[in-house]
Amino acid sequence: MFEQILDAALFDSATRAMIPILLAALGGMICERAGVFQIALEGIMLAGAFAAVAGSYLAISWTLGVVFGIAAGMLISLALAYGTVTRRGDPIVLGIALNLLAMGLTGFLLPQLFDVRGVFQHPRIDGLDRIAIPVLSDIPWVGPVLFDNTILTYVALLLVPGLWVLLFRTAIGLRLRGVGERPLAAETLGVSPTVYKYGAVLASGALAGLAGAQLSLGNVVQFAENMSSGRGWVAVVAVMLGRAHPVGVLAAAALFALAEALGFRFQGNGLPVQITDALPFVVTLLALIIARKRFARLLDLTTAA
Amino acid sequence: MTFELELRGITKRYPGVLANDAVDLAVRPAEIHAIVGENGAGKTTLMSLLYGLFPPDEGDIFIRGERVEFSSALDAIAAGLGMVHQSFKLFPTLSVAENVVFRQEPRRRGLIDRVAAVARVRDLADRYGLAVDPEAAVEDLPVGVLQRVEILKALYRDAQVLILDEPTAVLTPQERDQLFEVIRRLRDAGRTVIFITHKLGEVMAISDRVTVLRNGRAVADLVTAETDPAEITLHMTGRAVDLDRRAPEHQPDQAVLEVENLTVLGGHGRAVVKDAGFQVRSGEIVGIAGVAGNGQSELIEALCGLTEADTGAVMLSGRDITTADVAGRRAAGLAYIPEDRYGVGTIRRASVSENLLIGHHREETVQRRGWFDRGAVARLTRRLVEVFDIKTGSVSGPVSTLSGGNLQKVVVAREMEHRTPLLIAEQPTRGLDIGAIEFVHSQLIRYRDQGGAVLMVSAELSEILALSTRILVMFEGSIVATLDPRTVDEPEVGLYMTGAHLEAAVA
Repeated sequence: MFEQILDAALFDSATRAMIPILLAALGGMICERAGVFQIALEGIMLAGAFAAVAGSYLAISWTLGVVFGIAAGMLISLALAYGTVTRRGDPIVLGIALNLLAMGLTGFLLPQLFDVRGVFQHPRIDGLDRIAIPVLSDIPWVGPVLFDNTILTYVALLLVPGLWVLLFRTAIGLRLRGVGERPLAAETLGVSPTVYKYGAVLASGALAGLAGAQLSLGNVVQFAENMSSGRGWVAVVAVMLGRAHPVGVLAAAALFALAEALGFRFQGNGLPVQITDALPFVVTLLALIIARKRFARLLDLTTAA
Repeated sequence: MTFELELRGITKRYPGVLANDAVDLAVRPAEIHAIVGENGAGKTTLMSLLYGLFPPDEGDIFIRGERVEFSSALDAIAAGLGMVHQSFKLFPTLSVAENVVFRQEPRRRGLIDRVAAVARVRDLADRYGLAVDPEAAVEDLPVGVLQRVEILKALYRDAQVLILDEPTAVLTPQERDQLFEVIRRLRDAGRTVIFITHKLGEVMAISDRVTVLRNGRAVADLVTAETDPAEITLHMTGRAVDLDRRAPEHQPDQAVLEVENLTVLGGHGRAVVKDAGFQVRSGEIVGIAGVAGNGQSELIEALCGLTEADTGAVMLSGRDITTADVAGRRAAGLAYIPEDRYGVGTIRRASVSENLLIGHHREETVQRRGWFDRGAVARLTRRLVEVFDIKTGSVSGPVSTLSGGNLQKVVVAREMEHRTPLLIAEQPTRGLDIGAIEFVHSQLIRYRDQGGAVLMVSAELSEILALSTRILVMFEGSIVATLDPRTVDEPEVGLYMTGAHLEAAVA
């Protein structure tokens, strides 16, 4: 039974499920550290997925698709930054509004621009190729799972140590964490909370936009309405569960991705789709209950700031 | 001579208030200069102007003879000023070294040079006798050490003039003495220290010169060695005040509050109150002394029914209230002046009148057929405002417009009006000026003289010594001593507060 379930294909699909969640969650993590509660990841990811497909279709180039995805993500996050940092609005209210906007806007633009409903597929859409890394991809088991993937997969995985160094070993990271914890204290020392918060929110927009590009050009080559289907929300939880630490976030994203992959697998084994689809969220719920105290603490931190 | 720092004719107006009125201040190099005044005398405004937080309406600031204009605290820092605020501006999860070097991080190959940061902080700390571990996380440190971190921050930025705003408010007597030692070392190393306080004992102990502020004006510039507390007080208040008024003798009567073996568990199952047992009798004030965070708050919360005690018994006027809820305890005869008058003691958005009414709202005297009797409410409000001399523009205006002293009077008036056998007063005068402190003290004494039992927690040892019939000292959750205020002095109580007597007993 277990041999049937736990095979390389499962981990392969788990990796693919993990990358969008990881990218978005790393963005959320940066915001969390800067003291901005980022819950627009779902909408940003969806907009990124749409823009990536649109860009790739227009230029017949995945590069431009990715650039479009990033740009769309940053555009939405700019609205979030302006609303929460400059206008001091409530990040939760704004985040929810932006999520709804992204869903509505992509649903509206799909028939307007491409004259289709529901799903947009076209040979002009240039998807992300799998790039096998020489030598590493030949390692049995691990190789094909991790080292025969899209470029965004490698970007996401390299961001984990990269952001760790940025956050904990550079002046920028120290100031960012300072701003997130005590903005007034940072300000009296000449570090502008506004600048750092804008930077963090825009970075999270870029990363969640990338997450969308991976979703619509990497995992599949198409755009489907509401194709982020809750992954952005899962990323929000991954930030909390991972305590806004790169390694913790990676672990949380991996956990949720595994649950998602298992869900697919059970579906193949005949379980009703409604139940298997719910699996990642059941895991999310359980994780939240188990990590209740951490969750409360993080919320305290963000609302206090 | 050239002054290290000079203010000439500094004036700052707020709508309806002249916060600083043509203030002159001259601080000489390498001196410890105290600035004293009651709350509202303009000390904080003056220092904020000096530190570039906002500009003065009129007047000039000179540093070493040169006129300067600050548009932000950064300018002030660049000009060699360093400020240690009353509320520390530190990052809790960062280390001491990270807090100190923040924004001026030593770097190596693009990364923070953490070894150099720690070494520099350690070097500074050693030079001025500031005992701090540079690698400790700030959130784990006691408040006295946090202050040293703030001083290190200023020194790291090469502050020639260090401004300390009410630095001893949060310290134990021992920590205060250590701070004074550091301040003297700084002066001897050629730095200038401005020391803001309203405690005369500290002025006399540490300063070389003293400037007295009253009602926004600098009314006196004195050499400390040539003056005395009485003269300074006269300048501060414009009248003579009896500073050392020990409570008159009074015979306590029967027990009102009896606490036995009370234990309260905090987070991680650790006992935050350990096996506390004591009585408070009618006609006495029992003062609980202790460094903040040694279980006083938890003890009071347990007595008021805000948290649950894990073991032990509490009797109020002979009734067992161990398991009673807050309302039950209040009905049994308990009133409570909480420590936090902003967050707990009052409802910010409610009016002065409504805040005075809370807790009395159930009483039949203010009701008629289930509705508030507006006339009765107005009469209650008017009487309390009059008796307690609460200065407010309008009783129907929000309570948040009141000054700290008047806000505290609202809380004190409301709670005393219950006329319960027991009054619990937590930090009843914290942050108040001398006039308001005097008033609250006289009210507590009146309550006692009318046969009330008062349980008071205070971080001010002078207050504990002046008012208490008996002193209980709490250390790490236990009541470690019961002392007679007539036979102990501050340092002795301080020893119990820091647990030093325990070490002595072991040795």
